[in-house]
Amino acid sequence: MFDRDRWQEVFSVLKKNRLRTFFTAFGVFWGIFMLVIMMGSGNGLQNAVLSDMGDMASNSFFMWTQRTTMPYKGFSTGRWFEFSNADTRALRERIPEIGLIAPRLQAWGGQGQNNVVRGLQTGAYDIFGDYPDFQKISPLDILEGRFINTLDLEASRKVAVIGQLVRDNLFTSDEQPIGQHIRINGVYFMVVGTFKSKRSGGQAERENKAIYMPLSTMQRTFNYGNRVGWYSITAKEGHSAMAVEEKAKHLMKERHMVHPDDDQAIGGFNVEKEFHRMQGLFRGIKALIWIVGTGTLIAGIVGVSNIMLIVVRERTREIGVQRALGATPAHIIGQILTEAVFLTTLAGYVGLTLGVGLLELINRALANAGGEGQFFRDPGIDFSMGLTALGILVLSGLLAGFIPARRAVAVRPIEALRYEN
Amino acid sequence: MISLNQLHKSYRSGTNSLHVLKGIDLEVEAGEMVSIMGSSGSGKSTLLNILGILDNYDAGVYRLDGHAVNGFGETRAAGLRNQYIGFVFQSFNLISFKNAMENVALPLYYRKIGRRKRNIMAMELLERLGLADWATHLPGELSGGQKQRIAIARALIARPKVILADEPTGALDSQTSFEMMDLLREINSTGITMLIVTHENDIAARTDRIIRLHDGVILNGHDPSLHTLESPADIPATIRPN
Repeated sequence: MFDRDRWQEVFSVLKKNRLRTFFTAFGVFWGIFMLVIMMGSGNGLQNAVLSDMGDMASNSFFMWTQRTTMPYKGFSTGRWFEFSNADTRALRERIPEIGLIAPRLQAWGGQGQNNVVRGLQTGAYDIFGDYPDFQKISPLDILEGRFINTLDLEASRKVAVIGQLVRDNLFTSDEQPIGQHIRINGVYFMVVGTFKSKRSGGQAERENKAIYMPLSTMQRTFNYGNRVGWYSITAKEGHSAMAVEEKAKHLMKERHMVHPDDDQAIGGFNVEKEFHRMQGLFRGIKALIWIVGTGTLIAGIVGVSNIMLIVVRERTREIGVQRALGATPAHIIGQILTEAVFLTTLAGYVGLTLGVGLLELINRALANAGGEGQFFRDPGIDFSMGLTALGILVLSGLLAGFIPARRAVAVRPIEALRYEN
Repeated sequence: MISLNQLHKSYRSGTNSLHVLKGIDLEVEAGEMVSIMGSSGSGKSTLLNILGILDNYDAGVYRLDGHAVNGFGETRAAGLRNQYIGFVFQSFNLISFKNAMENVALPLYYRKIGRRKRNIMAMELLERLGLADWATHLPGELSGGQKQRIAIARALIARPKVILADEPTGALDSQTSFEMMDLLREINSTGITMLIVTHENDIAARTDRIIRLHDGVILNGHDPSLHTLESPADIPATIRPN
């Protein structure tokens, strides 16, 4: 491999017709360059969509009550009903596949009316009543203090965890919000923590304008009684969130006298299902990228193979002399394969490097333009993808050189010597 | 050294078969210097190719230094060529991107001798042939005579038993041609068997024996007196074919 004469020959052949070598190499370069750019863009798209979902547990689902659409057991259609704390206990006891369960309440703050006050500052924010487990289903970045804990819940403490935008509005940046009180709908709460959303775009902004308090506190303080607005539930390890959702809905229908076939009565959103859909979509995109990318690459490789055939033809006489002097067929084949692999690998490596470089530039441009793109985020390819590409290059170089090499040794030395260029 | 017995060779192209060598019997002793003459189409190139293990034959026996030669794979044939035979071509066939020394060292490269060692050996040989000054020149920078000397050095470097020269003077002027023949004769005197294909009578006349091929058979192979009537001096230099 590190035979000086062999490389001398490789370079002399490649330098002989520089323009031709350049265009041949360009075919391979372009193939791998496009593959890298497309893979990186696909990843960017995927990252953007997935970061929209934050770190939300992918085996979770939500369910809430809606109006019934079927009469059942004497109840007429169009009836409203509500979840309660008793439902939480029932779900816990009757469905062992449930991992985490977070019953929630929400008071919308977006109707233009300011519902939160501190000193002279006021604001309109979403208020949530939650279980500590909610943090594990839909994680938040805790900046200061802590999230709601079990003691808060059991003692119905009047404590609040506030979003970054709430904090920025109600407190100056050098103020320490922990331990301070804010007034929510006329009742004072102590701030025990601040947080930042892990999502991106509009979703993040909405989350950052939220205030969390213990569910029990919210139920008692704001007259919700035993009411639960909706559930956030995860399946245990090894169980499907879709199956658990089915069971949970069935149980709720049973408890609230809803017709078993009335699928409209309980609304839901299954993250697992969404994830599967997204994954299917991205698998499709990736497959398409691979097909188009490798297609372009194959075009480049065919170009290399073609040129190698011409080179072999041009050098027929020289190859004949080498064989007359004692070069074995294996030596000649090795020589031609070295040329093909060297050309494809070099061109491919340049394509790989420039492709990754361009993605990096796009990344920087995105970051400078305010970063957090909605549809594009952290485009790039991972290391194993790079290695795969390199492997493909070496392999394709071998393939490109194979036919010309066979052609070179198929000619008997004597015919090669007689050959007139 | 070389012994041919009823050697036959035909070329097939499609349905046509061209019988080129029709039973060649030939003995060449070790250390002999022999020329092969014949018009084009007489089969002399084919014979040389078979002798050089560049081509195979259909029937008969070819013994080289006592070993039967036939039916080898290409790899084995390449090894035998490298070990036994030195080639000199009409158009020199030096490798254009290698300098004179590297060209001379090439057969040793295929023998897998290290670069340093083979270059030293090549330099020694070039010095002996008085070509040391051109060792680092590329073939394109050399005259025809110099190129052929380099090519002869390349044929010699692996210490072959036989040198096969295919029209070695065909591309040279007459002065250089005779110098070349002197060089080949000198090499022959060290004991290396020499076979020269030529169509020039004055070149052939400088060998020990002339073998005339005609239509695939040898004419009067063993009577040199028949063929040395024309001595080179009899032919005016001006009309000698180049």
